[in-house]
Amino acid sequence: MKKEKKPKLAVWKFSSCDGCQLSLLDCEDELLTIADRIEIANFREASRQVLRGPYDISLVEGSITTPHDAERIHQVRRASKFLVTIGACATAGGIQALRNFKDVKEFVSLVYATPSYIETLNKSTPIADHVFVDFELRGCPISKTQLIDVLGALLVGRKPTTPTYSVCVECKQRGIVCGLVAFGPPCMGPVTQAGCNALCPSYHRGCYGCFGPKETPNTSALASYWRGLGMKNDELLRLHRSYNAYAEPFRKESEAHEK
Amino acid sequence: MRNRTVKVDYLARVEGEGGILVKIKEKSITDVQFNIFEPPRFFEAFLRGRHYTEAPDITARICGICPIAYQMSAIHAMEHAFGVTVDGQLRALRRLVYCGEWIESHALHVSMLHAPDFLGYQDVIQMAKDHPETVKQALQLKKTGNELVALLGGREIHPINLRVGGFHRVPTHRELKLLADRLNRAREAALNMVRWTATFPFPDFERDYEFVGLRHEAEYPFNEGRLVSSKGLNIAVSEYENHFVEEHVEHSNALHCVLRERGPYFVGPLARYNLNFDRLTPTAQEVARAAGIAPPCNNPFKSIIVRSVEMVYACEEALRIINEYEPPARSMVELNPRSGVGCGCTEAPRGILYHRYRVNEKGIITDARIVAPTSQNQKTMELDLRHFVPDRLDIPHERLTWQCEQVIRNYDPCISCATHFLRLDFDGT
Repeated sequence: MKKEKKPKLAVWKFSSCDGCQLSLLDCEDELLTIADRIEIANFREASRQVLRGPYDISLVEGSITTPHDAERIHQVRRASKFLVTIGACATAGGIQALRNFKDVKEFVSLVYATPSYIETLNKSTPIADHVFVDFELRGCPISKTQLIDVLGALLVGRKPTTPTYSVCVECKQRGIVCGLVAFGPPCMGPVTQAGCNALCPSYHRGCYGCFGPKETPNTSALASYWRGLGMKNDELLRLHRSYNAYAEPFRKESEAHEK
Repeated sequence: MRNRTVKVDYLARVEGEGGILVKIKEKSITDVQFNIFEPPRFFEAFLRGRHYTEAPDITARICGICPIAYQMSAIHAMEHAFGVTVDGQLRALRRLVYCGEWIESHALHVSMLHAPDFLGYQDVIQMAKDHPETVKQALQLKKTGNELVALLGGREIHPINLRVGGFHRVPTHRELKLLADRLNRAREAALNMVRWTATFPFPDFERDYEFVGLRHEAEYPFNEGRLVSSKGLNIAVSEYENHFVEEHVEHSNALHCVLRERGPYFVGPLARYNLNFDRLTPTAQEVARAAGIAPPCNNPFKSIIVRSVEMVYACEEALRIINEYEPPARSMVELNPRSGVGCGCTEAPRGILYHRYRVNEKGIITDARIVAPTSQNQKTMELDLRHFVPDRLDIPHERLTWQCEQVIRNYDPCISCATHFLRLDFDGT
């Protein structure tokens, strides 16, 4: 019988916390099964072994923040058939995109005694700003369920089932009392994409936007509702300017509250 | 063979991006560098202007493997600034979630990142083919740690339930009890890990280290205690900056930290263990002795056994806390935010993690300082390479290179906190 060739997987890291690629190692029940079906060909956090490309699937974590990485992402794209970005850093620039609103030189001198040793770009940008991306998985961190769904979908050649509706839909599905109505702001659920299974509301906390803006979010309507409840500009600004600060709808909304 | 260079461009099986460079001339080492080229992310800078309630969530994003450590250090620092103490069951729950993080992080490092080195495998997937039951057991152990973090924190990575003053929601009695069975099995798995790792071949390598860690009057340390060392340091956490200084060197995007009086030091499981052996549970002490690592243990390669011993402890401590749990009436204590400075130091899986914040009267952070375990160990890691290589120049290149990688992995470096492809090659031979 002819032995079928397993598809090759590569995992790439750019500026990030490693949490999203760790999600793959956190699939304790599925990891060995995944390794049976997919050849883990290039995954430095897990293995010394590096097989040559091209790779059938590339998972890309992190944002582009250095001149070197802005070059390297093109090599990754050339070596990859299907490129999936994983997490808020790769899809929106991540928390480190807070620098995009400030002068990065000032940041460098705050953290490092000898700023001249540090090489960095002025902005932290998502992967799609540099190369064509086949699919994006949102989240800070990503959802393991969504990751396994995407890998499964690619293996059998179907479309991934990642929803683009809001966290509110997940709250309703789980029967969670609406915090925005019951105990006041702030909950980013109405403008944030689903994927966490309404995690924060289920812990009696407002959503803070880990999965980034949903499809067609009406951020200004939500902001004026909050303003009516007494929220100040600086609070509205911080709320939109966090883990997906550079995703366009959140960026524009935060800028609207800049003094 | 006169001049040679051991060079690893991108270290594998560590968290983040870093490399190794060892230059050898004749029979002496002329340069050693543990390079950190992970791009800088400027957390201390963008914490300025954020609200104190955001610090635990923002700093968690420094590291996907030990977010609890960042949250706990940030939270304790803020509570210190506000003059608040959290005790009783809320305090116990904080220890419990930390037990989960130690189990999850240590199981990852012991089985997936470090054990393959000792047994000559490239990775855990290869190792699983020859040691299927051991790997499955390790994965279940890791999963139990993650379940504990997920229950108390909401999710394994970047938990959402911890806050300054306590939690958003505390678990019910039943939710915790459901984990007891799994923890009992995890405890057995951890004991097996100690016995298994004790059989590994260890290089004969010891140095006279200064171990630094927290020491608590009654407990093995997670969140509280005095900062002590094996060479006589004994200070309150608030005195940290009087005794420890950070230096910025050209080959690293992390800052090197040294003790002002005595230079490089060692933090992490081996340090905690040597300083706090008497605070371990009897089972953990006994299995450690049987494994041949009665303290003081000065061989950093054996830290893989120590991590396993700490998993035994964490499982037993978690079971104790669960057995004694009574849900507190309130999920958090009352806070009266005020302007001031607060610091916190907790025992991350990789060692002490120090945070200091200045907050204004509106609760806005005006200054932040964070010192991660890996930047504190960086100098010691480099010195280990400097001492390790000269006696082993007759080992074939590929093998010496691999062993140099191992010298670094002994510390479970978290380079996102302070890296990860590793190409080791030898030039000029």
